[in-house]
Amino acid sequence: MFRLEPRGERSTFWTYGSPVLAVLLTILTMGAIFAVMGAPPVTAIETFLISPITSVAGLSALAVRAAPLIIIGVGLAFCYRANVWNIGGDGQFTLGAIAGGGLALLFPNEAFWWFYPVVLVTGILGGMAWAAIVAALKLRFNANEILTSLMLVYIAQLVLVWLVTGPWRDPHGFGFPQSAMFSAGATTPMIFSGTTIHLGCLLAPLLAIVLWQVMARSVLGFQLRVVGQAPRAARYAGFSNARLTWIALLVSGGLSGLAGIIEVTGPVGQLTTSITPGYGFTAVIVAFLGRLHPVGVIFAGLLLALSYLGGDAAQINLNLPNAITGIFQGVLLFYLLGADILILYRLKRVNPAAPVTENS
Amino acid sequence: MDLFYITSFVLSIISASTPLLLAASGELITERSGTLNLGVEGMMLIGAIAGFATAHDTGSALLGVLAAAAAGIAISLIFAVLTQTFLANQIAAGLALTIFGHGFAALLGAGYVGIAAPTLPKLAFPLLSKIPFFGPVLFNQNILIYFSFAILACISWFLRKTHAGLILRAVGDNHDAAHAMGYAVLKIRYGAIAFGGGMAGIAGAYLSLYYSPLWSQDLASGRGWIALALVVFSAWRPYWLLAGAYLFGGITYLSLYLQGLGVLIPAPLISALPYFGTIIVLVLISRDRRRTRLNQPACLGKSFHAVV
Repeated sequence: MFRLEPRGERSTFWTYGSPVLAVLLTILTMGAIFAVMGAPPVTAIETFLISPITSVAGLSALAVRAAPLIIIGVGLAFCYRANVWNIGGDGQFTLGAIAGGGLALLFPNEAFWWFYPVVLVTGILGGMAWAAIVAALKLRFNANEILTSLMLVYIAQLVLVWLVTGPWRDPHGFGFPQSAMFSAGATTPMIFSGTTIHLGCLLAPLLAIVLWQVMARSVLGFQLRVVGQAPRAARYAGFSNARLTWIALLVSGGLSGLAGIIEVTGPVGQLTTSITPGYGFTAVIVAFLGRLHPVGVIFAGLLLALSYLGGDAAQINLNLPNAITGIFQGVLLFYLLGADILILYRLKRVNPAAPVTENS
Repeated sequence: MDLFYITSFVLSIISASTPLLLAASGELITERSGTLNLGVEGMMLIGAIAGFATAHDTGSALLGVLAAAAAGIAISLIFAVLTQTFLANQIAAGLALTIFGHGFAALLGAGYVGIAAPTLPKLAFPLLSKIPFFGPVLFNQNILIYFSFAILACISWFLRKTHAGLILRAVGDNHDAAHAMGYAVLKIRYGAIAFGGGMAGIAGAYLSLYYSPLWSQDLASGRGWIALALVVFSAWRPYWLLAGAYLFGGITYLSLYLQGLGVLIPAPLISALPYFGTIIVLVLISRDRRRTRLNQPACLGKSFHAVV
């Protein structure tokens, strides 16, 4: 028998060890799932986790997939630090794409150098606006932000469907539910010619570093952490909870919106009904796996981006459904949450025959 | 409007409300024990595919419902182990359950897309079901609709009138006191979580074996989340849950009805009506902070770890 015994302090070793343990256990579990599905486990794991990144094309695909996850994930990490549970990243992503994309469609011939930055800023504002609804409802009416931000995901998706099947549908698109392609003046610039690596792949780590510095060194970052960890202490210290909730939601909403506009003006190239494979939800895992730390989020974003590529590779090479991406992500979060107990508790062996002695 | 239209109108609302009522009833018990399980959507999907696959393979829709309940319980136990034994954050664990449920259901259901399974039969009471209006509405429904009312009445009775219900509420309101009185807090919460999982699974089976009645990956389309909002709406009281579920059934029906009419508002925007309605209802109900604080289980979302 084992018993959990409080450590009395956070274990630094397990703060960083638990994600590693979780990843290892997830790989073992995926091997078992592959075996049950009739695929040779070792080959399948190799196909899922290693084969996608053995070429330059694969690595650049990884960077392209990781960019939105990291950009949304750092915003969520920032938000969760303040104990504000924005899980509507997908909706803010979609609104960013709609707002910025709408501007780009409105001026299809604009080629000035400043037009693309304006499109990006419009995308950020779109995401912020969607998150602002959540903040306003939470602070004014005490409405639970988990549920409101989630409902707004569904609403954003339906607004997008309406736009690309109605007013914004490409008249030359043979009736497909999609907008016109964005013009060259409103397209995410490529960083390395010959690859798919675009501006977003560069912005993602930069933004993570900026937010790291804000969280670690600014008064705002300090206030945010105090509100999250000790709300009463924050109140005694006079930190405004409302102000911090606004900031947390606007920052995470704005970043999700930025990820959205970069995605549609980059890899997607137009507005369609499916611009996100659930990046906003995967980013929740990214934030947790990255220990709510922007630098951790970069690594976590890369790993979860790999799970998308791995799902595609397994589908093509092993004929497995690409739904295993979702299973990998869910199982990973399960193990991470379970392993996190080692941060605050240690496992102690208890001899069931001997009487339990108290040590306090 | 003649009786035929009114009857079909009421039947449609009942039909759309039942999955919400089933899932929310289970979550109500889970939350009354002090545990917030955000994985309802995932458990519904797992229940939906387990029910559909079993019904398809065995030819019995009732076996499908049982399998759905079992699958819902099984997957909710993952959540229970994480949050109760490993003291994980309940919000994160619930989200993980939903993400996993989406993926796992899609994987299990890969071979069942676009095929038919036996649907839940209607249980017609002899003679009574022939009465105009009341017959079809009250005496000729599928078994899960009767079940949804029966279980709600049981839950209300259980919480108000039984000793076990009192213990469950005590665990949800003050786990330290309940523990000190010798009640097994974790075991009771495991039970409450499993009940919630089973009900969510049954709600999923209702969708895949009656409402839809087909399997598709996005079958639940947010109903699990709406069920969670309904529990807040009801202020954790069973009969208010009934009112809330039927209000939402009404909104869902309205959105389908308006689309059928071909009114000026575009169809996708009308489909957004239930989600929009959820936000409005949440706002109206949460506005009164005192009322929420009064009714919400005091230990909702908090982990419990006995030192001794």
